[in-house]
Amino acid sequence: MRRLSIPLRALLITVLAIGGTFGLDPFRNYQLATAAACFAAVAGLTVLVGLTGQLSLGHAVLMASGGYGFAFAASAATGPAILVLAAGLLGAVAVSGLLGLLLGLAAARLRGPYLAGLTLALVIALPSAANTLPIGGDQGLRAPFLPVPEALTALIAVEQWHAWLAIIVAALAVTPLVMLRSGRAGLRMRAVLDDETASRLSGVDPGSVKTGAFVASAVPAGLGGAILAIATQQVAPGGYGLAFSLLLVVAAVVGGLGSIGGAAIGSVLVVFFPWVVDELVAAAPTDLGQRLDGNLAVLVFGAVIVAVTVLWPGGAARLLDRFLAARPRRFATPATNTER
Amino acid sequence: MDRFVFLFSAGLARGAVLALFALSLVIVWRAARVVNFAQAALAVAAVYAAFAVTAATGSYSAGLAAGLASGALLGALAERGLMRRLGANAPLPGIIVAIGLVMVVQAGLAIGFGPEHRPMHPPFSQRPFVIGGVPVLSPYDLFTLIAAGVVMGGLALLFNRSSLGLQMRAAAFAPETARLLGVRVSRMVTLGWTLAVAAASLAALLLVPNELGLNPHAADLLFVNAFAVAVIGGLDSPAGALIAGIGVGLLGSLVTGYVSASASPLAVLALLTLVLLVRPGGLFAAKEARTA
Repeated sequence: MRRLSIPLRALLITVLAIGGTFGLDPFRNYQLATAAACFAAVAGLTVLVGLTGQLSLGHAVLMASGGYGFAFAASAATGPAILVLAAGLLGAVAVSGLLGLLLGLAAARLRGPYLAGLTLALVIALPSAANTLPIGGDQGLRAPFLPVPEALTALIAVEQWHAWLAIIVAALAVTPLVMLRSGRAGLRMRAVLDDETASRLSGVDPGSVKTGAFVASAVPAGLGGAILAIATQQVAPGGYGLAFSLLLVVAAVVGGLGSIGGAAIGSVLVVFFPWVVDELVAAAPTDLGQRLDGNLAVLVFGAVIVAVTVLWPGGAARLLDRFLAARPRRFATPATNTER
Repeated sequence: MDRFVFLFSAGLARGAVLALFALSLVIVWRAARVVNFAQAALAVAAVYAAFAVTAATGSYSAGLAAGLASGALLGALAERGLMRRLGANAPLPGIIVAIGLVMVVQAGLAIGFGPEHRPMHPPFSQRPFVIGGVPVLSPYDLFTLIAAGVVMGGLALLFNRSSLGLQMRAAAFAPETARLLGVRVSRMVTLGWTLAVAAASLAALLLVPNELGLNPHAADLLFVNAFAVAVIGGLDSPAGALIAGIGVGLLGSLVTGYVSASASPLAVLALLTLVLLVRPGGLFAAKEARTA
């Protein structure tokens, strides 16, 4: 099979995914929208960690910033729904891109544990920031409700419409990232990861590459936050805590760092698996069920990322490659042991 | 002025706990070149052990001893069981495995003991002494300061004045050479983890009675602040951990008192960002080799 160009493949997958929403009930469609939001953020994170070796524990905050940007801009815009949506998305891109730029400027000067610590402090400071800045405190902001267009009201429910929007926004967020990754910018990132001195000698400035990678990773995460704001009609700091940030890391690691396909697998897993576990736990006796509720999934996720990192670096993406009869990869995907 | 004295002394006790925890992170970093993101979770697991022993025997010191022992054991287990299996010189897998360990330990504790906050009683009164009409340290704060100070002094003596400390430093700085000279490097790394998690457990034990109660996430904030402290001081520098610990403790206490409690994490974040932008390796970091 000839390799299709990236935008064409993205279009094909988007159409398939939108077709797939017809087979799902409203709650499943809502979960699909959540998974699409996670996918956008995890794709950004996995490129950042896998290609440049910068571990961010703060991608939930970048998502939140996108959500706030969406809520602000979309609430301010008036006119047809499509304009409101476009304004919101632009707001999400602007706010998350700006925050990503600031973080990236810091990241360019920092190495592994220092950057991880800074982003960790950022996650912890989010609720305080929400209470200090004029962004609605713990209650957060309301995002405008986007109703189903007239022409489609007979055909689909609102959850399905939001799933469509989620899929389209996720496609808009991830496709440029894929192109960036397989193009010149991706090559530069790998060069900087392999050897900063050598890349500097070849005229690639590590600082600007790292900063650029952070921005390129922050914008999809912000659009992911915008998707969540569309699906839930609100954005509040409580939803973007440390646990959620770690969940994004889990998705990236389980999927295989650096792999976009792996990011998709990982984000579906982190959205659906806790729900499946909670359904199972609901059958347990009340006292035990209360203790297991929410914790069992975290326990399993923790064990899985330890096992994947120790025994199977490369994650689900490596498994997938094996099934696809080992076509030679154009670039070796760096495993988790990337940074020195 | 009264208020300043009160906030200052409260910040001093907080800073001592922060400095102790940050020091434990520095010990692991120096021994194994990883930041142990699981330090807080392991420490809280040790506090649960101390809580159980205190509840069973009614003696605080028995609980303290049990907590320190189980902290040491958990540190050794984490190093031997997990961290050793990762490639050397690669911080990323170490951080990710530690995060996985956090999730396992915290979820395991929540499943085993339930998510509720259990009140933990301090061995001394928390009512502050009043000197000249001004409330200053409470007896428990004093106990905290002394315990943290004694342990930090002991660790300094161990590292700088004993042959075991010399071996540990040699193993951390030049593993190959140290091995050739007969130092059991892998044993030294395990010992570093053991000491570090025991020290972290003590810090968590000292902290918990001042907080809402014992729960699986009781030391999360302590870890984040202590990590910020270790980074501000320079991950390599025990003295940096001490100075930055006291400094951040005072900053947190004063900002909480004069501005608001919710501004305190923001102040720490701002200080961390500022220090990292001016000196990316922390305030007291040794100079790194030039790369270009």
